Amino acid sequence: MNTTAHEYRTGWKRALIETRISLTSPGDLMGFILPTGIAVVVLLFMQNADFEGAPVSLGSMNMPSLIGMNIVFGGITGMVGILAMDRTNGTLLRAKSMPGGMTGYLVGHLVSTAMFIAVTVIVLLAVGLPLFDGLEFGTPDRWLMFLAVLAMGIVAALPMGAVLGALLDNPRNMGLVIFPIMGLIAVSGIFYPITALPTWLQWIGQAFPMYWMGLGMRHALLPDAMAAVEIGGEWRTLTMFAVLALWAVVSMALAPRLLRRMSRRESGSAVAARRADMQRDW
Amino acid sequence: MGHPPGGPAIAVSDLRMRYGDKDVLKGLDLEIEAGGVTALLGPNGAGKTTTIEILEGFRGRSGGEVSVLGTDPAHGKEAWRARLGVVLQEWRDNGKWKVRDIVTHFAEYYRPYAEPYGPDELLELVGLAEQSGQRVRTLSGGQRRRLDVALGIIGKPELLFLDEPTTGFDPHARREFHELIHRLTDLDGTTILLTTHDLDEAEKLAERILILAGGRIIADGSPDQLARAASTTAEVKWIQDGALQVHATDDATDFVRKLLATDDGAVSDLEVHRASLEDAYLGLVARFESGDAETAVDTFKEATR
Repeated sequence: MNTTAHEYRTGWKRALIETRISLTSPGDLMGFILPTGIAVVVLLFMQNADFEGAPVSLGSMNMPSLIGMNIVFGGITGMVGILAMDRTNGTLLRAKSMPGGMTGYLVGHLVSTAMFIAVTVIVLLAVGLPLFDGLEFGTPDRWLMFLAVLAMGIVAALPMGAVLGALLDNPRNMGLVIFPIMGLIAVSGIFYPITALPTWLQWIGQAFPMYWMGLGMRHALLPDAMAAVEIGGEWRTLTMFAVLALWAVVSMALAPRLLRRMSRRESGSAVAARRADMQRDW
Repeated sequence: MGHPPGGPAIAVSDLRMRYGDKDVLKGLDLEIEAGGVTALLGPNGAGKTTTIEILEGFRGRSGGEVSVLGTDPAHGKEAWRARLGVVLQEWRDNGKWKVRDIVTHFAEYYRPYAEPYGPDELLELVGLAEQSGQRVRTLSGGQRRRLDVALGIIGKPELLFLDEPTTGFDPHARREFHELIHRLTDLDGTTILLTTHDLDEAEKLAERILILAGGRIIADGSPDQLARAASTTAEVKWIQDGALQVHATDDATDFVRKLLATDDGAVSDLEVHRASLEDAYLGLVARFESGDAETAVDTFKEATR
């Protein structure tokens, strides 16, 4: 039996179980439904507002951005949260104690996080299309662009999350990841066009995948005339894919090394120490 | 698979571990043959967990030779890992999984290397058949630990590590757990190495006890050997003329022989108590901790020979 192929197959099976658990756990679901629901309601109110005479309301304009944001945010925080929690409760150490367990564990969580994101994105799309006027999703070229951006976003966000999760060894420090991402949302043109920001903030926004995912999703879902609102007055499709690909490649190069280091350091006493540390604080 | 048939399951010589400038293990030597239950007994902080984590391949070492199933744990590959079972002190992993899902799925990992337990057979063995549809986090402490054992033996390992398996158990859960371990040893000659700071547990479960203190193995023998070596005095009790008589002696056999030879049948309810191993163990640990290492080791020399 080819053991490597077997490890990946086991990881795939694990992903199916984890996804089923996520989709049936109230906690996991509320983590998505609550913030996303609030955001959608806010966008509904923004439907009465326009941006500099654009043909589509601000609400409809931001709906695709919200989808893009959700992929990056969900991908990164999902992986970071899982890795941090699983180091505290021993799930990671359990994986280490089984033959091929670490590969199975990582494949399982990468795939199940991707599946969870895909499901949430489809839900958002299903809710957004009927609620927001001016979204265009009727032709195969738009489906293709949507899927390509979704795939690219997942491929970039998950390894980024794995890198950050490997570096962060205590769930207590989740804020170190969450707050900077919140800050990034503010400068990535998600809830208001980035062109309204000072140029130096625009550059910061454009250095990270969040902005490009919003842009890509707007490209996929908004009328072509809406490109006029973007930086340079165009969708910058190639640049978008290139920046996302760059983030994906860099993270993928770093992730295995950092995950191996994380795994190597894992032991029963390390888990116990982490748990004692948390109990002291809470 | 790299394990010479008939070779020891675990062979350790001059194992050293140093954290910063603190020596936790100072030249530990031990050899454990395949089969049977061995307890690594010692006070908290003696280095038991460090030792077992080195053997499990979870932790590097500062020096010395270690061979587990014929392989150095620092370089153990997946095929080697498949032959081990590991049960840690406290595990709260995969709490959202259902019991049956977890044993079914985790068996998959071992399939390239061995024929793992089927879920029903395994849950039956550890007494969790009724909980198979429950989520793992809803199990009681004792049930959870039995699940940990199930996951430890799922790949039918040649060697099973149990680190402080009953810490925090109530007496009932403890007894159930001990029964489970007895069942495992009857099963198929799995070698079990367990750590405990509880002498009573070591006596109940193990055929051989290694006492770890001060970074070394300071005593090694069967519970009986250790007890005999440890207890030089015995207490003899009997009823004579309706009154309870008690006498402490270094040679109980000789004392009883003389007593019965001269009593004209008046002695009844004769009992001989050796000082328990517990007294000896606590004394030993106390002596060791007060820095009197040589005396402590001498006490047990007979037992180790």
